[in-house]
Amino acid sequence: MSVIAFAKNWNGKFKNSSFELVSYTKALANQLNTNMVVLSIGEVAEEELKLLGNYGADKVLTVSDPQLNTLTSRAYADIVAKAAESVGAEVIVLSDNNSGKAIAPRVSVKLKAGLVAAVQELPVSFEPFVVKKRVFSGKAFGHVQIKSDKKVLTIAKNCFGLLEASCVVAIEEFVVDIDTSLFKVKIVEEEEQKDKVILSDADVVVSAGRGMRSPENWAPVEELAEVLGAATACSRPVSDEGWRGHEEHVGQTGKVIAPNLYIAAGISGAIQHVAGISRSKCIVAINTDPEAPIFGVADYGIVGDVMDVLPRLAEAFRNSKS
Amino acid sequence: MNFEFTEEQLMIRDAARDFAQRELLPGVIERDEKAIYPTEQVKKLGELGFLGMLVGLDYDGGGMDTISYVLAMEEISKIDSSVSVIMSVNNSLVCWGVEKFGTEKQKQKYLKPMARGEKIGAFLLSEPEAGSDATSQRTTAVDMGDHYLLNGTKNWITSGKSASTYIVIAQTHPELKHRGINALIVEADSEGISVGPHENKMGMRASDTHSVMFNNVIVPKENLLGEEGFGFKFAMKSLEGGRIGIASQALGIASGAYELALKYAQERKTFGKEIINHQAIAFKLADMATEIEAARFFCLKAAWLKDQGKPYGHASAMAKLYAAETAMKVTTEAVQIHGGYGYVKEYHVERLMRDAKLTQIYEGTSEIQKIVISRGLVD
Amino acid sequence: MKILVCISNVPDTTTKVKFKEGDSLFDDSGVQWIINPWDELALTRAMELKEDAGNSVNEICVIHVGGASADATLRKALAIGADKAVRIDACPADAYHVAGQIAEYLKENPFDIIFSGIESSDYNGSSVGAMIAEFMDYPGISSVTSVNLDDDDIQVNRAIPGGKQVLKTETPFVAVVQKGIAMEPRIPSMRGIMMARKKPLEVKPAAELEVLTESIKFELPQEKGACKMIDSESAEQLVDLLKNEAKVL
Repeated sequence: MSVIAFAKNWNGKFKNSSFELVSYTKALANQLNTNMVVLSIGEVAEEELKLLGNYGADKVLTVSDPQLNTLTSRAYADIVAKAAESVGAEVIVLSDNNSGKAIAPRVSVKLKAGLVAAVQELPVSFEPFVVKKRVFSGKAFGHVQIKSDKKVLTIAKNCFGLLEASCVVAIEEFVVDIDTSLFKVKIVEEEEQKDKVILSDADVVVSAGRGMRSPENWAPVEELAEVLGAATACSRPVSDEGWRGHEEHVGQTGKVIAPNLYIAAGISGAIQHVAGISRSKCIVAINTDPEAPIFGVADYGIVGDVMDVLPRLAEAFRNSKS
Repeated sequence: MNFEFTEEQLMIRDAARDFAQRELLPGVIERDEKAIYPTEQVKKLGELGFLGMLVGLDYDGGGMDTISYVLAMEEISKIDSSVSVIMSVNNSLVCWGVEKFGTEKQKQKYLKPMARGEKIGAFLLSEPEAGSDATSQRTTAVDMGDHYLLNGTKNWITSGKSASTYIVIAQTHPELKHRGINALIVEADSEGISVGPHENKMGMRASDTHSVMFNNVIVPKENLLGEEGFGFKFAMKSLEGGRIGIASQALGIASGAYELALKYAQERKTFGKEIINHQAIAFKLADMATEIEAARFFCLKAAWLKDQGKPYGHASAMAKLYAAETAMKVTTEAVQIHGGYGYVKEYHVERLMRDAKLTQIYEGTSEIQKIVISRGLVD
Repeated sequence: MKILVCISNVPDTTTKVKFKEGDSLFDDSGVQWIINPWDELALTRAMELKEDAGNSVNEICVIHVGGASADATLRKALAIGADKAVRIDACPADAYHVAGQIAEYLKENPFDIIFSGIESSDYNGSSVGAMIAEFMDYPGISSVTSVNLDDDDIQVNRAIPGGKQVLKTETPFVAVVQKGIAMEPRIPSMRGIMMARKKPLEVKPAAELEVLTESIKFELPQEKGACKMIDSESAEQLVDLLKNEAKVL
């Protein structure tokens, strides 16, 4: 009986979400009084694997076949299931990201293990095994019991945080037969923005809405984002009007993000937008209208003109660094 | 008595509402201000089948009932009554008449394209000297044996320029007075037709209203709609149904303004609380809601009678009278509730108020409706 | 080619969320039900593919696992243009159960492409699509932002953090779709609405399947504390609070 976490890597590197997963799984294993194993798939350097020890991992199974460097959900799910079986895992944990959403359901069906996705915290109870997740697009929480012996969880981004530890990692190659007939999906082309901070990964996001009045006014937004090392985002009307790209649209029908800090400039705070940002750890709102709904969800607020406030914030942050 | 709508009727209402929000709301203020004809919007409206929603399926229409029509007209009119007047004329005044009284040939040639929304119809009754008194037709359609020769001027014609199919009411036998009036289907690109300039109206500014002049226009005999001498009766019957369309339009203008005022009253604060919590405003909204509900029932009752095949002229006159008066009252109050913001274009209600006025005038003024109603009180 | 679109029946997104029976059940009194927005976009895309003469898509079927209260929503899907609707008469207990029921149907009624929305706006599960793929042992692609058929040659775009991948696959497969799969949901035409009643809506009995999870109760989120207002001139104060109080900088 143990707990296994599948930590995804991207081009051989882990992200904060991978480390958060390890921290969570370690805490879970401690609560269950059992050991935990981390599974990695694809070629990852030893030094990188050892980083997992900084968040509590003491054993890592790695499947370093190069043909697994890019996600093929069927093959990955097959490996996760086999690894789980080989260590006798009762609970399998993944991150609730694009790969987690593709793999966890397959593992659930393979092992007949009940799945709860986007769990918010450590289980509420163990006998019965109950976990908490968001429902109704963030308007409420649901408590769900997993009745099967084996259980699969995916954890929501930024739900737990990083818990540092210093463990010595034992790395073991996990030998598994890879069924090449599972590779039916072929990548023809790939496009990835290399220069900007990726929105779904960003710890800090600077977002702006129609209160900016015109697409020509975005310089202060971009400046503050650069100073903070943040990603830029926008509200739906802004992306609908074509002022910013669709990939920046954050909201119920756009991206749902969970950064540490979300700065909303000139955004009124419609319900659909809030649904995309309510998982943020901290929200700062800047708006000329003191009645704007965004102030109802923000932790800090400034009533003022975005064109004045944003540069002031950038300046203040620059000064604080030095 | 069942006050519930069917699943289809609700689907139609929702489709009209989604269409209005998505396709009509963007740019509605600009189209009204600059009197820009809503070409794209009318095209999409036609593609979804709204322009021929009452026409039978066998003539490429939607085969819908009049209750669905009331619901759709209300939703469209909440946002854009320039578009809904085009829709009402096409459905109630043109398609209806051709479907009910047209020959098979006329239906194949003229009704089908209008039902599909590919062509727009216009109804030409009013003249410079004959508005409320439609019996004094000066436009003549002289019987030349194998064709009619059409001469005269019609004015205040909705879709006067954008329509390809006209129904023209004209005098053929003046000695027979109103029994000598005929209804003719006239193709808008016929030789001898000229269209006057776009009328610069108070409201519903994006719909194209023009005078249309006929100078020795040849109309084939086969384009006579209904029998010889049926024209006046035809016009009156068409207007009976047209009233349901316009009543629904007025209803939509009123309910659109009311919804905006209700929302505003919940957000705007004065003297420490939202204005809806001040009794003066709360009472205004209560009155508005009550009158709109009454107007809605008038429209639905008239629609129901028509669908049941029962006489509906009296009911539709009451509906049109009440809904138009309600629209004027409700939109005026809606502007008032918005205060200064109600006076600027950005908040929509001033446009709705200007739109409302026309519903009291066209397709039978409120005074004409009172004549119809009072005559109907004594059998 | 035949496309199956999985439909969830969800409360309209402006619904005030309430619970009953000791917070153990969602209170659906007065709720307006709609097609799950992501499934609606999936259906719209399926319709576009059918209307495009450049491929052989000739049938769109929608499927739902649930009770009779979803029939109106299924008829809306028929009004939008689906050729047929199937409802598995079962309580949609959890994703595994729903996917399993749909898989049982698929075993008797194969389809070339199965569309599933990435999540449903009520329980935000995001699992059904991939589970169906696993039950059926089909390839599945998640986070799909576009599906194109060029003469039955399939091209799928998948979103990855900060970009996208263009993928090729073969039928049958499951596409779990998200925003971008269609520009906006289709509005049913008058004709479509009239035809909806004439199209088949089959109700099938539920298969015997396990339910692996169970919803115990719900809770409403805590009221958020009041927003701390900061003077527009005092940017330094905000930076300080973000660093030392909120600890996010």
